Amino acid sequence: MVFSFDLLINAIISGILIGAFYAAVTAGVSLSFGILDIVNIAHPAFIILGSYIAYIVNVSLGLDPILVSILATPAFYVLGAGIYQIYYVSFEKRGQESLRGLAFFFGLLFITEVVLVLYFGVDYRYVEAPYIGPTWHFGFVDIPLRILVPSLVSLLMIAVLQLVLTRTFIGRAIMAVAQDQLALKLMAVDPIRIKRIAFGISIASASLAGAFLIVIQPVEPSVGREYIGRVFAICVLGGMGSLPGTVIAAMLVGIVESLTATFYGPSWAPAVSFGFLLLTLAVRPAGLLGR
Amino acid sequence: MRSSLFLVICLIVGGAIFGAALALNNDYYFFAGYVVLQYVVLATAWNILGGYCGYVNFGSAAFFALGAYSTVAVHKLYPLPIPLLVIVGGIVSGIVGFGMGYLTLRLRGAFFAIATLALAVVLQTLIVNWDFVGGSRGAYIVRPEAIWPFGSYIKYLFVVMMLLAIGAITVARVIERSRLGYGFATIRDDELAAEASGVPTLRLKLIATTISGALMGMAGAPFPYYIGFLQPSSAFGLDYAVNSIAMPLIGGTTSWVGPLVGAVLLGSLQQLATVTISSAVNLLIVGLLLVGFVIVAPNGIIGLVQKFIGHRPVGQVGRRRIEADAKEHVP
Repeated sequence: MVFSFDLLINAIISGILIGAFYAAVTAGVSLSFGILDIVNIAHPAFIILGSYIAYIVNVSLGLDPILVSILATPAFYVLGAGIYQIYYVSFEKRGQESLRGLAFFFGLLFITEVVLVLYFGVDYRYVEAPYIGPTWHFGFVDIPLRILVPSLVSLLMIAVLQLVLTRTFIGRAIMAVAQDQLALKLMAVDPIRIKRIAFGISIASASLAGAFLIVIQPVEPSVGREYIGRVFAICVLGGMGSLPGTVIAAMLVGIVESLTATFYGPSWAPAVSFGFLLLTLAVRPAGLLGR
Repeated sequence: MRSSLFLVICLIVGGAIFGAALALNNDYYFFAGYVVLQYVVLATAWNILGGYCGYVNFGSAAFFALGAYSTVAVHKLYPLPIPLLVIVGGIVSGIVGFGMGYLTLRLRGAFFAIATLALAVVLQTLIVNWDFVGGSRGAYIVRPEAIWPFGSYIKYLFVVMMLLAIGAITVARVIERSRLGYGFATIRDDELAAEASGVPTLRLKLIATTISGALMGMAGAPFPYYIGFLQPSSAFGLDYAVNSIAMPLIGGTTSWVGPLVGAVLLGSLQQLATVTISSAVNLLIVGLLLVGFVIVAPNGIIGLVQKFIGHRPVGQVGRRRIEADAKEHVP
């Protein structure tokens, strides 16, 4: 393999951009798994759901997919809050979240995927938007707008989430739920309500991430499965629930994946995140910016 | 009941089922029965780790595929008889199970579950890139027409899988009634307390992942001969992962009966639905049943039956015995 400087720089830049998108995909899991301790392995399925909603509205009304996803966040929030309520009553309250709670989310993942397959088939779907075609060229560096736009909006979304978590009452209460539920109760805050809100926000972020995904690449129902390993690897590497850590970890994974795809072939890229996951678990389970 | 007696009864029942299928004189029953038996092995194997220890393995398909692909790899080198291939598949998957457990089980339980999910993706990547076993194109295994004394080859495969299923159930039952099983139950109920009372939890968990992984690999080993053409997407099919979780949870996780009941019911239902409706719909049925059961009937069918009869849930054998001991010692 001939080493090429152009390729290297291009791979690193596209890795950073893709990494920003990965951060948006992982942000929801950082909230649910990192902070609330809910192992929501169905998160990628909600992301695919978001992709399909963006696709349907885009095809029928011609609206911008990212705008659609922002408009869809209240619906996703309600969905998330509802799912948390079921999860709480059926599993968390009975202390069965470890086995049956996991199976519950696995079932949700599975049902979403099969229903999408039954309705839309396994064809790849894509959206139309003005920024999907063109590419900016800076010397030998190519930046496709279809990746740049979602990355920038991703970073914006994470910045907003971080501000909400650190500056608002609800956000601080969410951080507090992770640390000490009893103390929160003594402050006259209902931890269940806070968790419901946090899980709703987590699922709402999946709506946006879904739109980013379908802007970046065509989507079919089982694409979500590729993201499970990646998302949890990034979440663990970033330090479970730290959004800045998530961004750093996501970019790291993005860069290494992009380098692997460039120099060894794209079929090896999925193995990268798993390598990261195992390495993190073995060497530093607390992650990069662990609490 | 003694384990040897149990084994004999299982063999007699297995023989009777084989005889009944022979009497129907239609190879379809062997093809369908093979799949159901395969699920019995997978569900029982999953339950040894999932039901007894409370650790969720989402990567059943990966262990299954490891078994299947070790058969393909060995077959390319030298075609061994199937029983030996089963052992090879079991060893390979057992080692991978041990390795996974060693890396992740020292941490919280959820990490193991996530790592198994990722394992499936990565193993599939490796297999797709490994040309020796066919890569993404898949590999052909030519099944011999007939084998003595079974007549058609599918009957032979059916018998192999029947013996594997009986073996798996016996192993599960022996574990359940041994010190090992009580150790597993302490991990499931309260790992911290178990650790504090001197139960070697890590060692027990590693034993469980190894046995469970090995059994899944064994179930996968004859699969290339069954299907004739093995592709990564069929060996790593999501239906294995979801079924091997759904079957024990729907049947009941605390004893060997649950996975057996779940696998036979769900397996037969799916065979029926595949023929009459479609294979996508039958996966949807499994998903809905899984979610429905974990919410409404956490102890599965066995739990429902026991509630109906008025017994305590199984798997509390240990507790019953402890209570009985306590009564004896009360003056």
